[in-house]
Amino acid sequence: MLRAIGRSPAACLGWAVLALFIVLGIAGPLVAPYSPDAQNLAGRLAPPTLGGAGTGVHLLGTDQLGRDILSRLVVGSRITLLVAVVTVATGGTLGCALGVVAGYYGGWTERVIMRVVDIQLAFPFILLALIIIAVLGPSLPNLILVLAITSWVDYARVVRAEVLTIREREFVEAARAIGVRDIRLLPYHILPNVYTAVIVIATLQIAKVVILEASLSFLGLGIQPPTPSWGRMLADGRDFVASAWWLAAFPGLAILFLVLSVNLVGDWLAVYFNPRLRRAG
Amino acid sequence: MPRLRLPRRLVVPGVVFLLTRAGESLVTLWGVVTIVFFSLRLTGDPALLLLPVGATPQQIAALRHALGFDRPLPVQYVDFLERAVRGDFGVSTRFGEPALPLVLARLGATAELAVLAMVVAVVIGGLAGAAAAMRPNTRVELAAMGTALIGQATPVFWLAIMLILVFAATLRWLPSGGIGGWTHLVLPVLTLATYSTASIARLLRASLLEARAEDYARTARAKGLGDRTVLRRHLLKNALIPVVTVLGLQVGLLLGGAVITETVFSWPGEGRLIVQAIQNQDFPIVQAGTCVLAVIIIGVNLLVDLTYMVLDPRIRVPGAAG
Repeated sequence: MLRAIGRSPAACLGWAVLALFIVLGIAGPLVAPYSPDAQNLAGRLAPPTLGGAGTGVHLLGTDQLGRDILSRLVVGSRITLLVAVVTVATGGTLGCALGVVAGYYGGWTERVIMRVVDIQLAFPFILLALIIIAVLGPSLPNLILVLAITSWVDYARVVRAEVLTIREREFVEAARAIGVRDIRLLPYHILPNVYTAVIVIATLQIAKVVILEASLSFLGLGIQPPTPSWGRMLADGRDFVASAWWLAAFPGLAILFLVLSVNLVGDWLAVYFNPRLRRAG
Repeated sequence: MPRLRLPRRLVVPGVVFLLTRAGESLVTLWGVVTIVFFSLRLTGDPALLLLPVGATPQQIAALRHALGFDRPLPVQYVDFLERAVRGDFGVSTRFGEPALPLVLARLGATAELAVLAMVVAVVIGGLAGAAAAMRPNTRVELAAMGTALIGQATPVFWLAIMLILVFAATLRWLPSGGIGGWTHLVLPVLTLATYSTASIARLLRASLLEARAEDYARTARAKGLGDRTVLRRHLLKNALIPVVTVLGLQVGLLLGGAVITETVFSWPGEGRLIVQAIQNQDFPIVQAGTCVLAVIIIGVNLLVDLTYMVLDPRIRVPGAAG
């Protein structure tokens, strides 16, 4: 696998940036130059600088309360990654389960599940999220719930399509012939055959979730202060865009780099798992 | 261009397919309306929101009765459905006018943004995707696909703020928001179109490359047709099928993106209206707005299915598209 990564410069870049973010997410508070909450009202809105200008070195500048932006970004990466991973795990489990059931049983079960999928696709995500958050109130568990609810659809669609062909294969028939019951057949015989597809979707979903989480935080409905979140920092920075561009610019760049790296990794995984695509890619 | 006249043997199954899909669309719409109704009813007592703080219990009870909130929930639900079918979503608590006309009045502004963004996305995304596919492993491809990757990874709201920073705050070429001449359209349309442009470019390139490897494409080149002719006459039609699917999904994304774009650029459209209505707990507007958006998304996807039938007559059995 490592050798395969080495052959693609784009994949190298993606994995490297993603690894950096993961390390920062784990080690965040240890490597951040300042405490993310340390205010310094005398050094408010300090521009990015390499040299010490009175108030200390702030590589990416300070925000409207004099907090170090780099430190807040580093610490904020943990919550971003955490939300993404938990969402992908919950949404993925739900989506895979429903997708396998829909694809395997067909008939009414399938029709009902796929109709729910269509209903959800007819709902602009952000509106569904806004309504749910408006009803439940903004909090971290609610944010994850909303993101999971909106992300299971993609898994369900792909898993169902894959299972449609897998259920016709001989090994499934063989398993049924020796008396394997559905409760065992679905998770142990069928599900392992869709893992590669699921991994690819899960990767692309991480990218989607990061942007959605930031969007909700931007609208004030995501992660609540004082926890530093990229979307929230961006929203705060919006009011200072004409005078202190760095407030909004850097959190957005952090989101962009993270999403870009995840997308590169996802694209590469799709080709890696599906060699048929290699000649096209 | 695809042939628009279908052979007769395809027309009858086509009509059946169309009717089935239309029926399914109605079920979908009913689902959306139901979700909106029940999730908003969970928020609490709508009557409390209408009255000033300090209203007496008698006043609250009177208003609840007048608005019908004291009836059992299933009765309210059936009543709501009946009214919704007639286009009656109640009176906006904030504007004091019927909700649906208010929502429809804002539709034009959103449509203006969304349609322009879609045109930009299809034209630029299509050209970039085709250019990249025609010149694989060149700087053209690298530039087009690199830009597309970055475009797909850029958060809409951040792009909006950065465009305002550069073109409105610093260069002062364009206004930073509001509605007016065509200059007011440039930044919101660019913002909204970016993601779709990138998606279309990447998808068209991938499916063109796939089509190029097919036997019929090789045959066409073997009989001496130029690359351009093969692209135009043979490849595009086949490569367009996945793109059309995605266009249907893009409409949903565009309308969702419009919510944020309109908020940042103070654009008086549907998205901003609904966001404000959610913040003000003006539920009739939320219900009407969500339903209108859902009707549009469902309608477009129905159209997409019809387009399929024209582009690819093989797809006409319900569910065969997988």
